[in-house]
Amino acid sequence: MKKSLEQLGQYYYLMKVVFTKPDKWKIFRKQFFTDIEKLVLNSIPIIAVISIFIGAVIVIQTAYNIENPLIPKMYVGYMARESLVLEFCSTMVALILAGKVGSNISSEIGSMRISEQIDAMEMMGINSANYLILPKIAAATIFNPLLMLMSFMLGLLGGAMIISFTGIITLSQYSEGLQYAFRFYYIVYSMIKMSVFSFIITSISSYYGYYASGGSLGVGRSSTKAIVTSSVAILLANLIITQLMLN
Amino acid sequence: MIQVKLLNKFFGEKQVLNDISFKYKPGECSLIIGASGSGKTVLLKSIVGLHEPDSGEIWYDKIQFNTLSFNEKKDIRKEIGMLFQGSALFDFATVEENVRFPMDFFTEWSEEEKIDRVNFCLKRVNLKNVNSLFPNELSGGMQKRVGIARAIALNPKYLFCDEPNSGLDPQTSILIDQLISEITKEYNMTTIINTHDMNSVMEIGDSVGFIHLGKLIWQGDKENILTSDCEELNDFVFASRMAKKVKEMMG
Repeated sequence: MKKSLEQLGQYYYLMKVVFTKPDKWKIFRKQFFTDIEKLVLNSIPIIAVISIFIGAVIVIQTAYNIENPLIPKMYVGYMARESLVLEFCSTMVALILAGKVGSNISSEIGSMRISEQIDAMEMMGINSANYLILPKIAAATIFNPLLMLMSFMLGLLGGAMIISFTGIITLSQYSEGLQYAFRFYYIVYSMIKMSVFSFIITSISSYYGYYASGGSLGVGRSSTKAIVTSSVAILLANLIITQLMLN
Repeated sequence: MIQVKLLNKFFGEKQVLNDISFKYKPGECSLIIGASGSGKTVLLKSIVGLHEPDSGEIWYDKIQFNTLSFNEKKDIRKEIGMLFQGSALFDFATVEENVRFPMDFFTEWSEEEKIDRVNFCLKRVNLKNVNSLFPNELSGGMQKRVGIARAIALNPKYLFCDEPNSGLDPQTSILIDQLISEITKEYNMTTIINTHDMNSVMEIGDSVGFIHLGKLIWQGDKENILTSDCEELNDFVFASRMAKKVKEMMG
């Protein structure tokens, strides 16, 4: 318990140092665009593949579960859309990113810590936490919600593809369901969730990397801790945001 | 000039530095020698502000460094160059980007001026055609040279080297030592070097301090280190069988 509180304090202190004015905006911009590519654009392939398959699976499962002939078939599309937008495209994608991006960030920063590269920056008088972490947090928090939108579209596309292949319902029924009782607020809710989750992933992973110690084994340990802690924090934040925004 | 007065550093209960005091002059290579784990690296990192000392004073000329805030320390740090034990070159950057890194942060020089300075620094450490290589494409000796080039990029007044010869063969070690010594004299820098390499001591040790279990127990130069009657120093200097024989022959 004492150790957890100490870590929380250390995390808070690190964030205070991270959220200061960058030494040079020109350098920050360069890092920001590099991190957009590394953290957001490079995640597109894995998110795309998973979204298409999950969209298809949700449609099959929903169609299989609607046995009552009185329930219109278009509800398959409606329920697939709601499942994707409310939970899968933000929470599930964030959990996937916690594994992919989180381990990448913590091992990268952790390796820099143990090979004294962070010391070298500090020694030069550079705010290393601000230089290394702020662009990552900014890039992921701003652009990952677009990744959520992409995941949503591809999930729906995956559903349409499986309908074309199997014919479990017609495409027009599916399309009607997708448009039925559409609430734009759910998209906003999901994008906000994704933004918060991205902050959690990048800040927690950076924290574990920044304070890594104990050689390469320590870097491995910090990566594992980063993924586990980010995932738990995402689930907790999901509960809180959902209670606040949908209740 | 760098002066340290009664410096103490604890890690938990363990005292790593015990009342360390010295004063090192510009234009000289001052070596701190001692066995592994004696506190050399902690001392060096305390002097440059990477560790907070528990008590004592650190002076850079007329400024007491250890009482300054992070932002106030920046001005002094611009005048410090440091070569780390493992070179600490940035993996994500090429040699050129590594050397110009401090310039990007602390100067308003044009691109052309920066590239000229990078090329000058690389030439000074005898490196050619390596600008676009990444650190993992360089040998250990070349990495040290790039580390030195980066350390002198902003023309520092103070240079710190933490075990500059670790992992290098004897010939390359001597070249690196000579390079550090030449640069020190050329730019009249105050240079402090941590080492346990006796070849370095005999090569460039204008001033030598011996640290044992966190205490600076002997100070002198390369001329009188061999004739000292400090028992711990003799155990360190004449640790090998060959060195012991030489000592016996010297009487």
